[in-house]
Amino acid sequence: MDTLLLSRIQFGANISFHILFPTITIALGWVLLFFKLRWQATGAAKWMDAYRFWVKVFALSFAMGVVSGITMSFQFGTNWPGFMESVGNIAGPLLAYEVMTAFFLEAVFLGIMLFGMSRVPSWLHTLSTFLVAFGTTMSAFWILVLNSWMHTPAGFEMRDGVAFATDWWAIIFNPSMPYRLVHMLLASGLTVAFLIAGLSAFRLLIGDRSDAVRATLRTGLVMGALLIPVQIVAGDFHGLNTLEHQPQKVAAMEGNWETRGNVPLLLFALPDEEARENRFEIGIPNGASLILKHKADGVVPGLNDFVAEDGSVTHPPVAPVFFSFRIMVGTGMAMLLLSWAAVALMWRRGGVQHLPKPLLLALVPMAFSGWVATLAGWYTTEIGRQPWLVQGVLTTEQAVAAVPAPMVLTTLIAYLAIYALLLFAYVSVLFYLARKAARGEDIAPRTALSGQAPVAVAAE
Amino acid sequence: MELFGDPGTWLPLTFAALMGLSILIYVVLDGFDLGVGVLFPFAEEAEKDRMIASIGPFWDANETWLVLAIGILLVAFPTAHGAILTALYLPVAVMLIGLILRGVAFEFRVKAPAPWKDSWNRAFFAGSLMTSLSQGYMLGLYIMGLQVTWFTLGFAAITAVFLTVAYSFIGATWLILKTDKALQRKAVGWAKGGIWGVVLGLGAVSVASPFVSPRIFDKWFSVPEIFLLAPLPLISAALVALLAYALRHLPTKDDGWAWFPFVATITLFVLGFFGMAYSFYPYVVPEQLTIYEAASAPESLFIILIGTLFVLPMIMGYTVLSYVIFRGKATLLSYE
Ligand code: HDD
Ligand code: HEM
Ligand code: HEM
Repeated sequence: MDTLLLSRIQFGANISFHILFPTITIALGWVLLFFKLRWQATGAAKWMDAYRFWVKVFALSFAMGVVSGITMSFQFGTNWPGFMESVGNIAGPLLAYEVMTAFFLEAVFLGIMLFGMSRVPSWLHTLSTFLVAFGTTMSAFWILVLNSWMHTPAGFEMRDGVAFATDWWAIIFNPSMPYRLVHMLLASGLTVAFLIAGLSAFRLLIGDRSDAVRATLRTGLVMGALLIPVQIVAGDFHGLNTLEHQPQKVAAMEGNWETRGNVPLLLFALPDEEARENRFEIGIPNGASLILKHKADGVVPGLNDFVAEDGSVTHPPVAPVFFSFRIMVGTGMAMLLLSWAAVALMWRRGGVQHLPKPLLLALVPMAFSGWVATLAGWYTTEIGRQPWLVQGVLTTEQAVAAVPAPMVLTTLIAYLAIYALLLFAYVSVLFYLARKAARGEDIAPRTALSGQAPVAVAAE
Repeated sequence: MELFGDPGTWLPLTFAALMGLSILIYVVLDGFDLGVGVLFPFAEEAEKDRMIASIGPFWDANETWLVLAIGILLVAFPTAHGAILTALYLPVAVMLIGLILRGVAFEFRVKAPAPWKDSWNRAFFAGSLMTSLSQGYMLGLYIMGLQVTWFTLGFAAITAVFLTVAYSFIGATWLILKTDKALQRKAVGWAKGGIWGVVLGLGAVSVASPFVSPRIFDKWFSVPEIFLLAPLPLISAALVALLAYALRHLPTKDDGWAWFPFVATITLFVLGFFGMAYSFYPYVVPEQLTIYEAASAPESLFIILIGTLFVLPMIMGYTVLSYVIFRGKATLLSYE
C-alpha cells in the first residue's frame, strides 16, 4: 500500500475514534447542566443522583476526546503538510480560534466542574458546568466551520497555489456551514439521548428501581423522540444544499448513474463502478426525484456526468458513500420508531417502569446507535468529497506527506491496537458503572473532608 | 497593521514570541504533571492516589498549552510545521500514544473494576515516560538541526533521558509543595536524586549547542554578547546551589519554604528556555528556515492576533483562578 492510502486510512481511523467522544460530550454537557438545574429547582435527590452518575460518563468521555483530539491536531503536520501550506491562511485562524475560545475554556472549567463541587459556591459550580458545555459547543462550531469550508469554499482567492482570505464573513458562514452545524449538533443530542436511554434501560432490566434511573430513562426517551424528527427534516435540507454545491456527492448517495428524471429512491443496490451500473436494485419509483426536486419527473444529476473525456473519474467512490448514507438514514428510522413507540407506551401505561421488557431490551444496543449514525454520516460527507480535500481547490493527493509508507503503516497499527483496547475498556466501564449504580453503591454520600484543603481523586 | 512598521517583520516576531511563551508554559506545567507520572513506580499504593489528586484538576488545561503551541506553529509558520513534524514523525507518534495512555489512565484507574487498577497505574507511568522521553528526543534532534546521523541520534537519546529527569525533578518539587508527611519526605528524596541529572542536562545542552552550530558559537562567544549572556549561567548556578541547600533542610517543621524548590525550578526552566530562544532566533527550523520566511500571510496573522489579545489574558485569568481554587495540600478523598 502506498503512503497516500495509508495516510488516508490513518486519518480516517483517528478522526473516527476522536468523533465518538465529542459527539457524547457536546450534548452531555448540556444534559448535565439540565440535571443540575433541576436539582436546584426541585431539591429532589434523584436529579443529583442522575448528575453524579452521568458526570462520571462525561469525565471519562472527555478524557478520551481530549487525548484523541491532541492526536488530531498533530495529524495535519505529520500526514498532510500540503493542507496547511496551501489553505493555511484560512484553516489557521479557524483552528486558532478553536483552541483559544473553546479548548482552554473547557479544560480549565472541567477541573472546577469535576473536583470543585465542595470548594466553590454552588453558583460558580453551575457556571463552570455551563462554560464546559458552552466550550464543547464552540469547539464544534469552529471545527465545523473549517470542515464546511472544505466542502463549500468561499471568501478567498488563490495566488500562486496558496489561498488568501478576502472575506472572513463569507468564510465562516460558507454555504454548507449552517446545515452541517445544525445536523451535527442534533446528531450529538441524539447520540446522548440514546446513550442515556440505553444505559438506563439496562439498569432497569437488572433490577434498579431508583427514582434516578426512571428520571434519566424518561429524559433520554423524550429527548430522542423530540430530536429525531427535527434531525430528519434538517438532513433533508442538508441534502438539498449538497445537491446545489456537490452534485457528484448526491449522485453517489443516490446511486444514480445517468442524469435523468423519475429517479427511484433505492432501498438497496450493489453499485458496480466497473460496469457503471447497479445490480440487485430495489427502489421506490420516483422517490429520489420527489425528495430532491419535489417533482416525480425532477431531474437528478448522474455520476456519468463526472467522467472526463480521457476517462478519468472526478466523482467519489460510489459504494462507500451509497452504503454509509443508507446506514445513517436507516439508523435514523430505527431511532424514530423506537423512541416514539417508547414515549407513546410510557404515556399510556403511566411511567417508564411499565415499559414492556422487549422494548427495554431493544433500547440497550441502541445505546450506541448514535455512534453508528454519526460515523456513517461523516463517511458519507468525507468520502463523498473525494478526490478533493478542499472541493475544487486542493486534491487529497497534493496534500500528502512524503513520509515512507512503512512508517505510516507502523504507526497506524499502533494506533489501531490502542483504539481497540480503549474502546473495549470504555464500553465495559460504562456497563460496570451502570451495574455498580444499580446496586446502589453510587449514592453513598461523600465522606467527610479531611485536612483544610481537600481535592477529590476523580469524579469517582 | 502598519502601526508598528512592516507587518512582515513584527507579526512573525510576535507569533514566535507567543509560541515560545506557550512552549515555556507547557514545559513547566505539563512538565510537573508528567514528572509526577514518571515518579509513580517509586510510590506506595495510597501515595499514588494522592499524587494523582495533586494534579487531577490541572493536567487537562496543562496539556492544552501543547495544543496551543503546536497550533501557533501550524497557523503562523505552516511550512515549518510541515517540515518539523514530518521530520519528527516517529517520536511524535510515540508521544501521542504516551499522551493517550496517561490521559485516559487518570479516569480508568478509578472507574474501572478494582482488579484493573494496577494495569491502569502502569499505563499511567508508561504513558508519562513515553511522553517525556519522546519530547526530550525531539528537543535533542531539533537542537541538532533535525539532521539524522549516528551522532545526532545519540545526542537526542541523551537529551531524552535528561528531559525525563528534569520533568521528574519538577514533579518532585511540585509534590513537596502539594503534599505533607511521609510522601513529602519521599518527594524531597526524589528531588535530591534528580538534581544532578538536571545539572548534567543543562550542561550537556549548553556545551553541545555552540559546538554543532558555528552560528550559535558566534552568538555566544563574541564581545559584548558574552558579557550580556554571562548572567544566565551564573544565576542558574546560584539557583542550583540554593536548591541543593534547600533540599537538605526540607521539610521544615512549619512547612515554610515548601514552595521554594518548585519556584526555583521554574526559574531554572525559564532561564534555560531564554538561552535556547536566544541561540535559535531567527530560525524556526534550525539553519534552514527563519520565522520571516515561514510565516503565513500578514492578514491572517493579524486576524488571529486580535483574538489573541482578548482571549489570552482571559485564559491566564481563569487558569490562575483554578490554581487558587485548588491551592493547599492535596489530601485524599475516599467516596466509598
Ligand atoms: C477540519 C477538517 C476535518 C474534519 C472536522 C473532519 N475531517 Fe474527515 N477528512 C479531512 C478533514 C476533516 C481531511 C484532512 O480532509 C481528509 C484526510 C484525507 C482526506 O481525504 O480528507 C479527511 C478524510 C476522512 C476520511 C477518509 C476518506 C477517504 O480518504 O476516502 C474519513 C473516513 C473521515 N475523514 C472521517 C471523518 C469523520 C468521522 C469526521 C468527524 C469528525 C471528520 N472526518 C471530520
Ligand atoms: C480534523 C478535525 C479535528 C481536529 C484537528 C480536532 C482537534 C481537537 C483537539 C486538539 C482536542 C483536544 C482539546 C483539549 O485539549 O481539550 C479536541 C477535542 C474536542 N473536539 Fe475535536 N478535532 C477535530 C474534529 C472535531 C469535530 C468534527 C468535532 C465536532 C463536531 C470536534 C469537537 C471536539 C470537542 C467537543 C472536543 C472537546 C473534548 C471532548 O469533548 O472530548 N472535533 N479536538
Ligand atoms: C434520517 C434522516 C437523515 C437524513 C436525510 C440525513 C441527511 C444527511 C446528509 C445529506 C448528509 C451529507 C451532507 C453532506 O455531506 O453534504 C448527512 C451527514 C451527516 N449526518 Fe445525517 N441524515 C439523517 C439522519 C442522521 C442521524 C440520525 C444522524 C446521527 C445521529 C446523522 C448524522 C450525520 C452526521 C454526523 C453527518 C456528517 C456531518 C455533516 O455533514 O453534517 N444523520 N446527513
